[in-house]
Amino acid sequence: METVNYLNNGHGLKSWLLTKDHKRIALLYLVSITLFFVIGGFFAMLVRLELLTPAGDLLTAETYNKMFTMHGVVMVFFFLIPSIPAVLGNFLIPIMVGAKDLAFPRINLLSWYIYVVGGIFTLVAALSGGVDTGWTFYTPYSTAAANGHVITAALGVFITGFSSILTGLNFIVTVHRMRAPGLTWFRLPLFVWSHYATSLIMILGTPVIAITVLLVAAERGLHLGIFDPALGGDPVLFQHLFWFYSHPAVYIMILPAMGVISEIVQAFTRKNIFGYSFVAFSSLAIAIIGFLVWGHHIFVAGQSVYAGMVFSFLSFVVAIPSAIKVFNWTATIYKGSVSFDSPMLYAFGFIGLFTIGGLTGLFLAAMGLDIHVHDTYFVVAHFHYIMVGGAIMGYLGGLHYWWPKITGRLYPEGWAKFSALMIFSGFNLTFFPQFIAGYLGMPRRYHAYPPEFQVLNVASTLGASILAVGYVIPLVYFAYSMVAGEKSVNDPWGARGLEWEIPSPPPTENFTVSPVVTEGTHQYVHPSQEVGLA
Amino acid sequence: MFTNFPFFPEQASAQAAQVDGLYFFMVAVTAFFSLLIATVLVITAIYHRRRHEDEVGVQIHGSLALELLWTVIPFFITMVMFTWGAKVFFDQYRPPAGAMEITIVGKQWMWKAQHFDGMREINELHVPVGRPVKLMMGSEDVLHSFYIPAFRVKADVIPGRYNVLWFTATKPGKYHLFCAEYCGTKHSGMIGWIYAMDPTEFQTWLNGGPRSDSPAAAGEKLFNDLVCVSCHRDDAQARGPQLKGLFGHTVRLQGGATVTADESYIRESIVNPQAKIVDGFAPIMPTFQGMVTEEQVLQLIAYIRSLGALAPPPPASPAGAAPQVPGKD
Amino acid sequence: MPDAHHGEHFPGPIHQPPLVANLEAIQPHEFVHLPHHPKLQHHFDDMAQQIDASTLGMWVFLVTEIMFFGGLFAAYLVYRHASPEGFAEASHHLNVTWGAVNTIVLIVSSLTMALAVRSAQISAPPKTQVAWIAATMVLGAAFLGVKAIEYTDKFTHHLVPGPNFHWTGKHPQAAEIFYSLYFCMTGLHATHMVIGLGIMTVIGIMAWRRQFDADYYTPVEIAGLYWHFVDIVWIFLFPLLYLIGGHFTE
Repeated sequence: METVNYLNNGHGLKSWLLTKDHKRIALLYLVSITLFFVIGGFFAMLVRLELLTPAGDLLTAETYNKMFTMHGVVMVFFFLIPSIPAVLGNFLIPIMVGAKDLAFPRINLLSWYIYVVGGIFTLVAALSGGVDTGWTFYTPYSTAAANGHVITAALGVFITGFSSILTGLNFIVTVHRMRAPGLTWFRLPLFVWSHYATSLIMILGTPVIAITVLLVAAERGLHLGIFDPALGGDPVLFQHLFWFYSHPAVYIMILPAMGVISEIVQAFTRKNIFGYSFVAFSSLAIAIIGFLVWGHHIFVAGQSVYAGMVFSFLSFVVAIPSAIKVFNWTATIYKGSVSFDSPMLYAFGFIGLFTIGGLTGLFLAAMGLDIHVHDTYFVVAHFHYIMVGGAIMGYLGGLHYWWPKITGRLYPEGWAKFSALMIFSGFNLTFFPQFIAGYLGMPRRYHAYPPEFQVLNVASTLGASILAVGYVIPLVYFAYSMVAGEKSVNDPWGARGLEWEIPSPPPTENFTVSPVVTEGTHQYVHPSQEVGLA
Repeated sequence: MFTNFPFFPEQASAQAAQVDGLYFFMVAVTAFFSLLIATVLVITAIYHRRRHEDEVGVQIHGSLALELLWTVIPFFITMVMFTWGAKVFFDQYRPPAGAMEITIVGKQWMWKAQHFDGMREINELHVPVGRPVKLMMGSEDVLHSFYIPAFRVKADVIPGRYNVLWFTATKPGKYHLFCAEYCGTKHSGMIGWIYAMDPTEFQTWLNGGPRSDSPAAAGEKLFNDLVCVSCHRDDAQARGPQLKGLFGHTVRLQGGATVTADESYIRESIVNPQAKIVDGFAPIMPTFQGMVTEEQVLQLIAYIRSLGALAPPPPASPAGAAPQVPGKD
Repeated sequence: MPDAHHGEHFPGPIHQPPLVANLEAIQPHEFVHLPHHPKLQHHFDDMAQQIDASTLGMWVFLVTEIMFFGGLFAAYLVYRHASPEGFAEASHHLNVTWGAVNTIVLIVSSLTMALAVRSAQISAPPKTQVAWIAATMVLGAAFLGVKAIEYTDKFTHHLVPGPNFHWTGKHPQAAEIFYSLYFCMTGLHATHMVIGLGIMTVIGIMAWRRQFDADYYTPVEIAGLYWHFVDIVWIFLFPLLYLIGGHFTE
């Protein structure tokens, strides 16, 4: 007789589409963001195929411009920003704080519907002709000159922003008010800390992009001239408003992944993290300082050199807390009991690739150097190292780690290791050549390019093909595992944490009564004494 | 595909070496720390690999000393990078006096250049080696960006204002020019070539070839065609400020503020004259926005620059006098 | 597909002391329904937690609203700094009397709202609660009515930005930007007022159905927070849009 758990507690479409259970909502998100990932990846494929040859011979220039625009819009707003918070955060945060659900379950469901509506708007914009402004919608091109469906796409982004805002709001209230007895802030898992910091950014930053894209739509549709230089407007004002959100947005994309890595590193060394409070506070530091660096996107637009220096300085400072995390993760390995299961492989990949990605960000923060590499493939390589080598690997690592908890099934570990390695190698082959192409001077968003860049582009496209296959394999075996995978026990990894105390998959209410916590949730008792140095 | 396969761009300007120096330092730091982390990670992990199923790690809280160490050292390194980067930028952002001036207008999807003596170029720019060159850049339509990788210089070209870019070419040759800010369908076609030449060859090139009026001469023609001279004149009929010797000097505005009469001020005075009213004059100048292109504005500016020393001010005209329909002078 | 090697790659649980003091209790067993307030939602432990969470949630939401309007205020600051005389000149065409009337209307509506919350808090009869809520709604509707009058006036005087905009004063560009911001900012504010009226309708119906008393009045309280916020936004909009230019004479 099968025990009742959240998956079989209620059948039929209505029980899923009208659910209030955070775990079911997490799965609704999982399905929709996977769909958008495939769509965004399809656009990327076309871009990379075009770039195999210097001439623009596969697609027309206009179509190509629409491809990279839609790739950016879909991947940023409909995959990267929701991914870990909406899937893993939604599923795990109530369990990790010892609660039965998030503070506002119906608002949680609403946020998924808002996400879907925003996504539909964007797909409509894509299918009815496409947008070619770049995901950054810079004015005056987007308000006065672009062809295509800028208003629809801008509204799609506007609507989806509220999904993000409501998720962040839910997480903040949950962490403040729903922690189980004994679960003080400094006993919380680092996954919760990183999502709390992410939520701060979500609620403070997202409204600004919302009003900004709304103004773009208004300017285009109603001829209100806010950014239009012909009416005395300032196109650079758009850039300031846009990046005021979009820079912190990249921390929305990476902080949850960092939380995942903290969890994986502890579970697969069977140790509590080295420097817990430093890692916890570094998440807050990144969130706060991250709001103060947006001007580093505008160095060459002619803003005051003194303003530029302030932004440059702070852009260097914001790297320090990230470095602290990397060092603490590495130190946790020391004297751990290290296992090389696939989640840990993803964590290793993350640490290496995020280090490279983060350090190349410093190249861009250095004003004199940014002049040369701004708007080139150097920037493209930098942010893909963070977002793909970092955030996506964190997401996949987390999916693998918590898959048995979410589905109650095991996945084939051999295939998982294989695809992790394939993703790692495909990724590096795709994006490392782009650093070189960027410094050589190849600008971004180029449909055709001078012949001397071809070798690097061919290498990059070859890597992208490998990467694509690497992503398809988990899609297949995860689907397989949901129907035919071996069943899992409560704690298949021998890991510590409130989520591992309850069944896999969990019952709908998570806990029948609130767990009373007596110590940090990631302490492993070792035969030797606990050692605290310095 | 494999015949021309560069890994690193040429250094063809005085600032290229500066930028590359910083770049190599940062590559070294990046390589060092990436390899360090990767090596420590892999070696430590393999050394401490799990040997039996029940094994658990040693619980180590942390170390304040280590945390401080790996906070302070990265901070120091990043501050070196910041200072170095700021210095390279600071040295670069202000053009030296006496630089050779060229005006650039970007429009979808081409670059138009005009030298000080009238020589025009499209999607090409000839410059002498060894002499600072200053580009005054405007846009006719949307954002563009003027980028010469071999010189390591780039500046956005923004509609509604001017941006300046300067460089000193050091090596004769032919170098890529790219538009580096997405501007629509043919963005990747908005490219060209920079030809750096020996000074004598450059002079030969400048002297030969078809030319149009120098920007200043074209500006003078416009000044008369648009009848600016009906108000900006040096007799008692003048209703507008004197323009002789104006350029580069301080102007006193109504309300006491002052402003330097540079290119941006003159452009604003033409397209949005009500924004700043000169002290002692009535706000009666009509706007010429929409009647002149960005190129023509640059020509008018060149003309105003070419005017000689300041003449004695005329007696003040009656304030608030309605402008008469401009007739022939 | 190769089999998952359970013992090799999925080691399973290891012997560790219990993580929580009540390990037995948190495992799933038959659910016992303890008596509680009818309005308690089941994921909360008790009413105190529910009230706490709801109020904090509304405060967090209001912070997001500050940031939402903030973008417009930032644009306003930039353009006013660029063209102070232009903004002053454009502002003169707004009717200060109507603006002041609307300000008074909203301030009084905040008073009636506060009294509505208070009446629920002290378990006043539903009629009283509904009366205060209705008064608030009437004032809100009056505000929107005045705005409709003002917008119509702008339309007839060609002050709506776009192809029909026509400005006879000295700073046409600045005026058009001023009016773009005027419509965006007051339009966004008015949208929030309309949503507020919707919220108040729901609250009014709930009050009519005797759902609020001293033990449970959270929805009224958080509706009140929202209403006060919308009022405060107007307190900023009024001087910034209607009252500039006192120092500038042309």
